Amino acid sequence: MSDTVQRLIALSGKKFKVDSSAFTPESDFFLVLGIDSVQSLELLSEIELEFDVEIPDYELTGVKTFVGLAQVIDDRR
Amino acid sequence: MTAAGAQSPLTLTLVDGVYELELRAPPVNEIGLPMLEALERALDELDPAQGRALVIYSSLSSGFCAGADLRALYQGMLATPELEERRRRVSDFIDRIHVVMNRLDTLPLTTIAAIHGVCFGGGFELALTCDVLVADKTARFCFPELRLGIVPGFGGIPRLKREVGNGVVRDLLLTGRSMNAKRAQNIGLVSQMVAQGKQLDAARATARQAVRFDRAAAETCKAFIKPIPYAELEAEKELFKRLSVRPVVLDALKKFVESTDVRPYL
Repeated sequence: MSDTVQRLIALSGKKFKVDSSAFTPESDFFLVLGIDSVQSLELLSEIELEFDVEIPDYELTGVKTFVGLAQVIDDRR
Repeated sequence: MTAAGAQSPLTLTLVDGVYELELRAPPVNEIGLPMLEALERALDELDPAQGRALVIYSSLSSGFCAGADLRALYQGMLATPELEERRRRVSDFIDRIHVVMNRLDTLPLTTIAAIHGVCFGGGFELALTCDVLVADKTARFCFPELRLGIVPGFGGIPRLKREVGNGVVRDLLLTGRSMNAKRAQNIGLVSQMVAQGKQLDAARATARQAVRFDRAAAETCKAFIKPIPYAELEAEKELFKRLSVRPVVLDALKKFVESTDVRPYL
């Protein structure tokens, strides 16, 4: 598991107060976090600030997993 | 003081010379006819002789304002199959909301938007009427209108152009992407970024500072540094009216309203 994925999983679990110990890189973050569209925007802001990146929404179209999200983050750093 | 009863989508209060306009219409303070009428009443109630500053904020955890009430717009369009009547209704609403936004923009008070969470579309346009934008780190700004086949119609384009460079305006409008509070601060839109949940405290402190100054000097300064782009506002109104009655917009609204997807923005 990459450093980005690990940080992402930890940050997401903490943000939404969910036990992230069972999350895997392939977990669907919408499902495991149980978030809605407004909360997904909160997560996006949190990610951008934590990783010091800017991610246009359209780059996340179809991205469902932590590893997919981590790839987008790493591509923008 | 209050602008309306318990069912009102907003409340106006006056404390120590500072007006506070609390937006409180779930899910995220969508601007339809009830919010428009409540804003009109609140503006009628505002007395510059009593209050020298105005703070606009949302008491909902979801955010500041998600913009136009698209569900009401869609239902209204469905209920008005005749194209000329639909055009007239859209035109009336747009004319009224522009009057509200222009009144807010030109108030002889120092106006401060305290923003958190979603600040999209018409909500972004409402914030852009204010003199000072204070945002917490959860705030997110977006003009998603092109996704629906329309352009911002509450005066957002000329007001965004007034505040930031055209490159940013084009990026936000033509991609419909959102930006966070830090980015908004970096481009000069947000003047104060604060920790999560601290936007109202910071806005109130800003208002208390603003009301200390000489009234004539403050009003003169505001009028000088914040010109109203009336010609462009009129042009934007006409663009919105022309685009919004097209069948493609009705189709996009239908898709939005009927969607059960939790990820419409991702």
